[in-house]
Amino acid sequence: MASATEPPQQSGWLEERLGLASIRAFLAHKTVPVHAHTVWYYFGGITLFLFVIQVLTGTLLLLYYRPSPAEAYESVQFIMTRVQFGWLVRSIHSWSANLMILSAFIHMFSVVFLRAFRRPRELTWLSGIGLLGLALAFGFSGYLLPWNTISYFATKVGTDMAAAVPVIGHSLARFLRGGNDVGGATLTRFFGFHVAVLPGITTLLLLAHLALVQKHGMSSPQWAVDQYSRKGQPVPQMLFFPNFFLRELMAWYAALGVLGSLAAIFPWELGVKADPFAPAPAGIRPEWYFLAPFYTLKLIPSHVWVFEGELVGLLGFGLLALWWVALPFWAVNRQGVERTRWVTGAGVALVAYLATFSALGYWR
Amino acid sequence: MRYGVLAFLLAVPLTAADSCVECHSVLEGKLQAPAKAFANDIHARFGFSCADCHGGNRNETDPEAAMSKARGFVGKIPRTAVPERCAHCHSNASLMEKYKPRQRVDQMAQYRTSVHGKRLASGDVKVATCIDCHSVHDIREVKDPLSPVHPLRLPETCARCHADAAHMAGYKIPTDQFASYRKSVHWQALAKRGDLSAPSCASCHGNHGAQPPELESVAAVCGTCHVMMEDLYKKSPHQPVFAAMGAGGCVVCHSNHEIRPPNVGMLAGPNAVCSQCHDATSAGGIAAADMAQQITTLDKALERSDQILANAQQSGMEVSEALLRQREGRENLVKAAVAVHAFRTAAVQKPVKEGLAIAAETYQAGVSALKERRTRRQGLSVSLIAIAITMLGLWLAIRTIEGRNTQTSQLRGR
Repeated sequence: MASATEPPQQSGWLEERLGLASIRAFLAHKTVPVHAHTVWYYFGGITLFLFVIQVLTGTLLLLYYRPSPAEAYESVQFIMTRVQFGWLVRSIHSWSANLMILSAFIHMFSVVFLRAFRRPRELTWLSGIGLLGLALAFGFSGYLLPWNTISYFATKVGTDMAAAVPVIGHSLARFLRGGNDVGGATLTRFFGFHVAVLPGITTLLLLAHLALVQKHGMSSPQWAVDQYSRKGQPVPQMLFFPNFFLRELMAWYAALGVLGSLAAIFPWELGVKADPFAPAPAGIRPEWYFLAPFYTLKLIPSHVWVFEGELVGLLGFGLLALWWVALPFWAVNRQGVERTRWVTGAGVALVAYLATFSALGYWR
Repeated sequence: MRYGVLAFLLAVPLTAADSCVECHSVLEGKLQAPAKAFANDIHARFGFSCADCHGGNRNETDPEAAMSKARGFVGKIPRTAVPERCAHCHSNASLMEKYKPRQRVDQMAQYRTSVHGKRLASGDVKVATCIDCHSVHDIREVKDPLSPVHPLRLPETCARCHADAAHMAGYKIPTDQFASYRKSVHWQALAKRGDLSAPSCASCHGNHGAQPPELESVAAVCGTCHVMMEDLYKKSPHQPVFAAMGAGGCVVCHSNHEIRPPNVGMLAGPNAVCSQCHDATSAGGIAAADMAQQITTLDKALERSDQILANAQQSGMEVSEALLRQREGRENLVKAAVAVHAFRTAAVQKPVKEGLAIAAETYQAGVSALKERRTRRQGLSVSLIAIAITMLGLWLAIRTIEGRNTQTSQLRGR
């Protein structure tokens, strides 16, 4: 018989310090609803998986990347041509960034169409929208870092748009650029945002988002609840661990396969080094996820009544974003009845707008 | 007629700022045209008036008084007097300083030395004077694209007379210069690429002092732009020979107005210019063929590298360093073509050798890039197989778990 001072067995040692039993108990009871649209639940996990890939490949790129106009382009070129598997790391970083944003959009719209944002999940929605905004900020700040012609002029256009914001526009543009124009100070700032500020905020918000998902569990769509309640049954559930987890793992492997294929068959281009004194090349456009607002702003005339067209466009986008963020609050009327058609209509309209204008922005 | 005069008097204000323009604007045809055109004239912009060239008084509203010969009115200026009339201001340095401080004031002095100026002085009124090139009444700045002497329009302006066989009949000079020039590499650069620094007529013949370059000065004229070629030519064995022959240097091989883009066919082959003097079996003929062969070899080697690098780039491979080196290779090709003007095979050999070394290096970079592409795709295939096997394993594991204990995995009533 072991005395009280004897060290416990290893499982007991870990148990004493980490409380693994409670985690096991939590996992044993955590379930996921099973219905015709369960597949959409995987996109949250895929987005998380791609974020982890971003962190890992970004950390590897940090070993060689140099954030100055004189060295940025050359350092990325060095990574792609001289560093063992550097091309793969950089391509995976770029492709996974794009796939992560795509996956985040799919996740957001699945939440909208399954109406998973309903009470009591309003904060989960808000934290998710915040994470999508941060993903876009990651994309915008990371785009400049290779310091090539396209990224340089796209950043010029982007920060010019920020300057059109009423009252604070000029200060905001100066803050982003670190001066009057895009230059070395902008690159240093964007690097700082990309590798320190944004990851820090994202980690906190991501933890909050995941904690909220754990607290409230996966939402069952109302139509599934109604369908089973008519039979006098609850919506069927599957155990999160191992059933859902193993399926999610399969989804991650599939995402990894797609990511690897894209990186190997279509390595991310480096382009030509930025020359601030050269004229902007023809057909300059931002990354695909900014194409819809970019093309919309192009269509708005230079003046709308007495206001500048760009200002009207930005105000419009601002109001649209606010309306979208507030979705859980206007999706239910004062009597507590859900505005189902409004939500579905708004979701379909937004998907149609983003798809159409992104395509037009790309082809025109 | 009475109504016409009434209308004329009503239209003309009693105190006109420039009575010449005011009155002629309401006239018709030839009498109106100068007043209308003058609105676009650079002189009008600076406040000059018709009276500054034609005499008379711009402040008089009475036509008789405004165009009084007593006030110096001369009406239409005789062609022979045009240059002197323009020079009255344009040769006056202190006056020109007020309006165009950086403009030269020696145009008249130059004009007097030109063929045009000399013939005009001898009474030939068909030759060009200032207004024939710069236009009249709507004279614009040279940099104005609508000006007939803007670099892009100058060849056509010269051709108005020089390509007109009837006009040039008495001068015994050809009229095909413009047609030949339009086939030249210079016209391509000027008109097609919009390169305003490309030579037009005035670049070689001069503008105000226009005359054909003397045979001995042709190389110097070409050498103002083609400095290295001129330098090599001067030291070459051809220079004294061509000089003794009374041939005009560059034009012997390149022609004068119809200067075509140079190519190796000029050195060797059925249309070689060298074969005009050198038999193919002579030392000169062999040297020319050797230079042509060296340049062709380099060109083909660079072309081969271009193709493989383009192929690699299209596959997304990073070959920008090799492409940069390729530019250096192309520079060597240009250097080799320039070195031909030394007419020594050894001079061509050096840049060709350097260019070939670069071409070999860039081709190897292309080969490595394509090899790397193959390795990547093989690696991808292996990875995809591993991923597929893992996914299959996971699927089997799920099936096993769920098949073994359906009751525990499918919880109901949660």
